[in-house]
Formats: sequence, structure tokens, C-alpha cells
Amino acid sequence: MRLVDKRPKVSRREVLAAGGAALVAATVTPAGVVMGKAWAATPAALKPETFATLVQMSRDIYPHDNFADALYATAVEGLDKAAKGDAGTKKLLEDGVSVLDAAAQKAHKMPYDQVGWELDRVILLRAIEKDPFFQKVRGHLVTGLYNQPKVWTLLGYEGESASKGGYIDRGFDDINWI
Amino acid sequence: MAAPYDKNDDSVVVVIGSGAGGGTLGAELAINGIDTVILEAGGRHETEDFENDEWPMFSKISWLDKRTTSGSWRVAQDFAGLPAWIVKAVGGSTVHWAGASLRFQPHEFKAHTTYGDIAGASLLDWPIDLKEMEPWYAKAEDRMGVTRTNDIPGLPGNNNFRIMKAGADKLGYKECHTGRMAINSQPRHDRAGCQQIGFCFQGCKTGAKWSTLVAEIPKGEATGKLEVRPNAQVLKIEHDKSGKVTGVLYADKDGNQQRQKARAVCVAGNSIESPRLLLNSASSMFPDGLANSSGQVGRNYMRHMTGSVYAVFDKPVHMYRGTTMAGIIMDEAKHDPTRGFAAGYEMETLSLGVPFLAAFLDPGAWGREFSSAMDMYPNMAGMWLVGEDMPQEKNAITLHKSEKDAHGLPIPNVHFDDHENDIAMRNHAYRQGAAVYDAVGATRTFPTPPYPSTHNLGTNRMSEKPGDGVVNKWGQAHDVKNLFVSDGSVFTTGAAENPTLTIVSLALRQAHHIKDRMAKGTL
Repeated sequence: MRLVDKRPKVSRREVLAAGGAALVAATVTPAGVVMGKAWAATPAALKPETFATLVQMSRDIYPHDNFADALYATAVEGLDKAAKGDAGTKKLLEDGVSVLDAAAQKAHKMPYDQVGWELDRVILLRAIEKDPFFQKVRGHLVTGLYNQPKVWTLLGYEGESASKGGYIDRGFDDINWI
Repeated sequence: MAAPYDKNDDSVVVVIGSGAGGGTLGAELAINGIDTVILEAGGRHETEDFENDEWPMFSKISWLDKRTTSGSWRVAQDFAGLPAWIVKAVGGSTVHWAGASLRFQPHEFKAHTTYGDIAGASLLDWPIDLKEMEPWYAKAEDRMGVTRTNDIPGLPGNNNFRIMKAGADKLGYKECHTGRMAINSQPRHDRAGCQQIGFCFQGCKTGAKWSTLVAEIPKGEATGKLEVRPNAQVLKIEHDKSGKVTGVLYADKDGNQQRQKARAVCVAGNSIESPRLLLNSASSMFPDGLANSSGQVGRNYMRHMTGSVYAVFDKPVHMYRGTTMAGIIMDEAKHDPTRGFAAGYEMETLSLGVPFLAAFLDPGAWGREFSSAMDMYPNMAGMWLVGEDMPQEKNAITLHKSEKDAHGLPIPNVHFDDHENDIAMRNHAYRQGAAVYDAVGATRTFPTPPYPSTHNLGTNRMSEKPGDGVVNKWGQAHDVKNLFVSDGSVFTTGAAENPTLTIVSLALRQAHHIKDRMAKGTL
């Protein structure tokens, strides 16, 4: 069978920097830049701290251990853009993160993006999964995350095929184990 | 006369919609020398506009005008604003269809007689039978180039099919093959053979897949007797004092209202827009909507019992490579009440790319339960389940009480409650679909809920008696002699099979009926 290479098409330095962290390690600079591992973002509408928490929340909603944080940050950039265009969306996201942080403080005495175990963070998310805030973030991620060509590569999806002549000579029927 | 036609030319037949019904009808009328104007609400996207990219193509060709939903069906919860997944473009939903072309079984034309009275179901026999349809099915199969008919070989099986076939064999299913598909397995009728591209739903890049866009409309236009007017959204069908229709009012691409006169009008806007147009065409003479003396316009909306089963294996499959739906198990399509439900269903291979699978595998799901499934994408196989659902009067297209479209007309609401027969059939199909994959070593299976409706049927149903339905056996309105319905909304019942072949066959038959009546001077 012709197998698909799921390794990311990035440099060695980026791979090393991306690591496989359960926790998204991001810091906010005095200039308002969110600095992560091998990624950085300057939010246009959201507070940098809000942006960083949304990146962590995005990973917890759709956790893929071979995805670099940068892919989740790219997805959150779409939310930031929506917040820039709509005050209601901005308020929904800012307020939502505040409520989530308050719940984390109550349960764990620390903000959401510092809670160490994924399961503990997921419990906090399950408590708000029907809320418009959570639905907004999750709904956005369906395309914001999974419609990124870099994500397709990591999941082993080959994308466009017509320009390569389709699969007639590239393994449409090459299964050899059935 | 020759195309293009003057808007005041009242000798033309106006066809509303250019999909399987309207596109076929318009082309066949033109080929038979009849001056025809097709008004298509969407734009014209030729093959070069098609992209192997799911969301951009969805945005480009889907019918995204606002609609609302109600009822207990899961689509109303998962996709409240998108009850139907159909195309607004020249070619209609034949641009994105998968190509499965199956004839009805004899008993499916006689659903009421065969299944008997079922509580809550408005079952009715079709006023036609398989014998009457056979020559039209044969003509349609030849036109469309359906594999396994007319000495056309079947498509080769892709990896997704080979999984299905191995599982079917283990379960003892006897009727499993690569389907009867309107996709060229070899070059035919000036169209190429399939290159196993995948992306059948995004418009075929080689033209191997039959659509009215690439196969029928060009033939009709070549006669000089067919004008296809895109970006023409019909708002109202007009009539004279005698109750005959005289033409249609439509909005052009700039939103300006135009009037096209007509000798006859054929409605083929799919099972949501067709009844909506008839209801929006109410007048003092027809206060409940055009052709609606029976009160049946918009009722008995059917959308097929559907669902999908995806499975993960410990080794790669690459289900997305090759023809999307070239694989079928037909053993469960029979009517066998010992299974606990009436009617039957087909199991057909299906694959989605990562973008669509993320949206449709389990809408609303999140966390590792979901992402771990996506992680196994290369090792997935998939099938679609499609069976006959019960018609119910309360399942209906109605005009929204307050919301209006860009032209000031009420938008449609789509109400659907699953019948208990639909639910029993779906549960059986989920079990059998999972069993097919379990038989060949699936490590995990997913009973995926229905997608927005691709098979929209029954809202202007065909009936022997005028009180039972909207149109007669020719698709002619019981109430209005020169008004026809030419799409899947005429289906009296839904049958288990994908509907396109039957829609095309009915459209060809209707074209010849219209021609005969014009020759006799009765139209």
C-alpha cells in the first residue's frame, strides 16, 4: 500500500520547539504579544491573556498530541478576527474566559491555563459545554482547526488529487491486508 | 424560433430549475423541437470552477438561502439553518450527487398495498408501476451511462469498497458490488472515464460523472431550442382568469423583477422550493396556493431514512481515494417485516475528507473521544445507509410566519419528525453496518447521525385521485392543466433507492407526454 507520511512538513528546529506539551506554554509580553513555543500572536481584539487561554481551551476541545500549539493558535486567530468585527462576539469570548478562569480558581486555586491535568480542565469545560461561549469556540474550531491544510497532513489526509491524476495509479485499490 | 427567447414569447415552455428533473426535461423538450427556457436560481459554474476542496466548493454551489427547521429529527438540532444539502447552480444537485442509479423495486410503487396501513403514515400507491417505468428507466440508464447496464462494465472497487465487500462476504450478503453508477467506467458519450479522483461531491473534474450541467444541458443548447437563464429566482407563477398559468415572475441577478411568459410551466426546484413557490403563488382564485385544492402541497415531506457507519481498523484504508459511492450492499433493500419494520435500505460506500468528517462524524462531539477518531483517519472505512422513510402529512414545507427572503417572500420552514418505522430501520441499519466492519476486524465503529437532507422528496406527490395529492401520473397538476411538477417532489413514496435515476426517468417520460399533448393541440 502507498502509505501517507503524517510527519509535519516543518524544520527540525520547529519540531523540537513544538514538543508535545499537554499544557500550552504561552507568555504575554509587555507589548501584548502572546509568545508560545514556535508561535506568536498579536491579538487584534482580544486581551492577550484571553487569547492564550483560548489556545489551551482549543487543544482541550480537540486534543491531538501530534499537533503543535501553533495550529491551535491559528484557529484562535479566527476567533480574534471575529471579535474584532463584532463587539458581541468579543464580549462573549472575554466574559466566557473570565467565567472559566473563575471556575478554575474555585476548583484548583489557579487560572484555567495553569491547571495541570487535561481531565481536570475537561471537567471544567463539560460544566459549560451547553453555553453559547463554549459552543462558539467549539463551532469555530470545526473549520478553524480541521480546515487547515497542515492539519490534513498530520491526520494523513492527502487533499486535492485531480492535478495529480486522481488515484487511479496512486493506490485507490492498493489495500493488501484484507 | 430559436434561443434566446423574448420574455414576451408566450409559446415557450418554462422550466424552473436545471437539476436532475428540470435539466433533463428542458434538454429533452429542446431535442424534440420544443422552445424551452430554463430559469435557474443559481449561477453557472463549469467544470473548471470545481475544486477538490470541500468547504470552498460547499460555499460556491450550495443552496444557502435562509431556511428554518422544526421537529424531532436530529438535523434540526445539529444543522438548524441547513435542513437540506443541495445545490443552487446550473445542473442543480446533479453537480454534487454521488452517481448511484438504482431502479425502484416493483413493490415500492405500491407501498400502501405492500406495507398496509401503518399508524401515522400517509402511505399511498403510485399511480404508475415498474412495468410502465421500465422503458423510461432504460432510456435514462443509456443517457446517463449507468454502469452494469447497456454492457457498461462496473467501476473498479477502491479500498473502501474492498473492506465493505470482505465484510459483506463474511456476513453472507449476496448482493454486493461496485454499484450501478452514472460515472463512466470507460470513456462514453464524449465524456472521459473515471480517474478515481475522489471528490465526487465537489463536482467531477473529468466529466466522468453524469450531470445535467455536463451531459444534458449542452445537448439541449446545441439544438438552438433551449435557453438556460442563470441567476433567475422565480418568485411567483401567474395565471389568467380561466386558471391557466401564463408565465412567471422572477428576480434577475441584479434583483430586478422580470416576467417571462409561457405556454406551460414546469416546476423543478427541489422538494423545498417547489412547494414553497406554489404556496407563494397564492391568488384570489387559488387562496391556499397554486395547485393546492387538495391541501397536499408541501406535505408528506420525505428525506429517506439515513445514517452512516464509519469504522476504524488497525491498518490503513485511505477511504477517500477513488469514487466516493462505488460500492453497495443490496440485501437489506427488500421488504421483510420480520426485521421489525416495513420497507428496506441500501448500504453504500461513502467517504468524507477531513474537513467534512470533522463536521459530520458526530456533530457537537468534542474531547478525546472525538479527536482520537480523527487521529485514525487513514485507517477509516465508511458507508452510508439509505432507506425508505414513511410519508407523514405533518412532515411539511410551510411558509414562515414572519421571516422573509431578499425579495420579501416568506422563507420555508422544514418540519420533520422521524416515524417509529424510520427509527427501527435506522437502528437495524446501524447494527448491520457495524457488523460488516466488525466481521473484518474493526476496532471501533461510529453510528453517525443523518447529514442535512440530500434526498428531498414527496411534497407535491403524485396521486390517482385529485384529493390525495398534487399531480397526476404525468406530473401534471390536478388543478391546473398547463402546470407540471418535474422533480423529486412528485414522489408518492420514497423507495429505498437513491432517487436521481427515477427523477430523470420521470422527466424524460414527462417531456414526451408534453410533446404528444402539444402535437394533439391539448396544451
